[in-house]
Amino acid sequence: MNPKKVDKAAIAVLYVLAALIVLILASLLAFILIRGIPQFSWEFFTQPAKTFEEGGGIIIQLFNSFYMLLITLLISTPVALGAAIYLSEYAPQNALTDFIRTAIEVLSSLPSIVVGLFGYLIFVIQWGFGFSILSGSLALMIFNLPLLTRTIEDALRAIPGAQREAGLALGLSRWETVTRIVLPAAMPGILTGVILSAGRIFGEAAALIYTAGQSAPALDFTNWNPRSISSPLNIMRPAETLAVHIWKVNSEGIMPDGAEISAGASAILILAVLLFNLLARYLGRKLQQKLTSA
Amino acid sequence: MAAPVIETKDVHLYYGSHEALKGITLDFNPNEITALIGPSGCGKSTYLRTLNRMNDLIPDVTITGNVLYQNKDIYSPSADKVELRKKIGMVFQQPNPFPFSIYENVAYGLKISGMKDKAKIDEIVETSLKKAAIWDEVKDKLHKNALALSGGQQQRVCIARVLAIEPQVILLDEPTSALDPISSAKIEMTLQELKKDYTLIIVTHNMQQASRISDRTAFFLDGRLIEADETRKIFTAPQQQETEDYISGRFG
Repeated sequence: MNPKKVDKAAIAVLYVLAALIVLILASLLAFILIRGIPQFSWEFFTQPAKTFEEGGGIIIQLFNSFYMLLITLLISTPVALGAAIYLSEYAPQNALTDFIRTAIEVLSSLPSIVVGLFGYLIFVIQWGFGFSILSGSLALMIFNLPLLTRTIEDALRAIPGAQREAGLALGLSRWETVTRIVLPAAMPGILTGVILSAGRIFGEAAALIYTAGQSAPALDFTNWNPRSISSPLNIMRPAETLAVHIWKVNSEGIMPDGAEISAGASAILILAVLLFNLLARYLGRKLQQKLTSA
Repeated sequence: MAAPVIETKDVHLYYGSHEALKGITLDFNPNEITALIGPSGCGKSTYLRTLNRMNDLIPDVTITGNVLYQNKDIYSPSADKVELRKKIGMVFQQPNPFPFSIYENVAYGLKISGMKDKAKIDEIVETSLKKAAIWDEVKDKLHKNALALSGGQQQRVCIARVLAIEPQVILLDEPTSALDPISSAKIEMTLQELKKDYTLIIVTHNMQQASRISDRTAFFLDGRLIEADETRKIFTAPQQQETEDYISGRFG
């Protein structure tokens, strides 16, 4: 074969491979949505889950998922931001920095069930937080930090060094240069990173089974006292999330309509994660436009 | 003649063990344009960056000798390099406006140093853009992003950004080498105007530019200062053979 034919053949193979990936993803999505969306009903979204009877909903799990996500982002974003700023702006190129980077890489490849067990031993048992949103969020933070730090660091590094020089040459301190020039310029990338990590957090189950628990105590949505056990805001209550609920229903659910509930919940989960991804693109682009044009 | 604004005495600079500047002694007079010329890698940009301590950013740099700004050593332990850079501004080779609006670019230094008075900031933004000879081109789109401007316009916004914080000295590191001839000519005219109020030090590869705009010229070669004198003398009657070879185009 001559180089031209080889070239054509290679491109054809690559097309087929790419198409295959798209096909797998599309059929997976279609399968989940086609099975799940027919389960959607007013009751499904507004009723608590039922253990023995048909017709249970997912309101509590859905709320728990969003609430846990919020708490996790609240505690992990500042830590990741700080670590990323250190790594990209201040860390000298030496063995210690390399070690920190390696540690982050290793952390990011830890299986989430291991993170969950670690969280169980430390947060639930050792620190006495019990099965709670707090324990779950801390475990999710460990699960989330490496990638979030990495994406924020990448966003900061993407800002050209000339911008930093411009700031310093204007008589800004290093900290002012970072906070007033680099950080705002990197904001679209940072926001995208945070929202994409939100998708991962939202879908995570294994790290939560042993930390946030597998039960969802009844919530009183009119009780806003964060110290009451039935208050949705209480971070010390056990909180089964949607992803954990799907696992639970499938592995040990005894309600007659378990298959339908897990199909519906899976569809919601997928839709939420899709939404996060679209939102990340949209907001990132919007913010970029706002920053780079009038 | 007025006392020099900046004096450097026997400045050596090492990148690790490599000696990039081999003892530079040179003074800069107020309200003059001094051009630093020489072939690539001769140390002229490195030298320029020692004057506002931009080399501090690079790890493994050692600097010896004295750099005096208004008779104070800027490398003494008590010197404040952040304050220094407010007095000695810098314009870079590649225009590097912040990815914000034109107005914000010029106002940024003021705002960060704590100025709140909107009317005052507006006024400084306008006078700075006027001094940088860009006002007429941007006055109707001050809130458009600076990155939407042409390279030459961006560079003049960068000059305005430096002027806004009222420095005394402006360092220019090949400010027109990334620009087309028309934009370059505008920048050169701008610099001629600025000379009245500021001390300008410009690194340039372009010898015509050096001869057109500068009052004094310093010729660098291999980390050494070969010759520094009035521009007219450097270009018509250089004292050193290397200078003559360089300006007559025999190398570089």
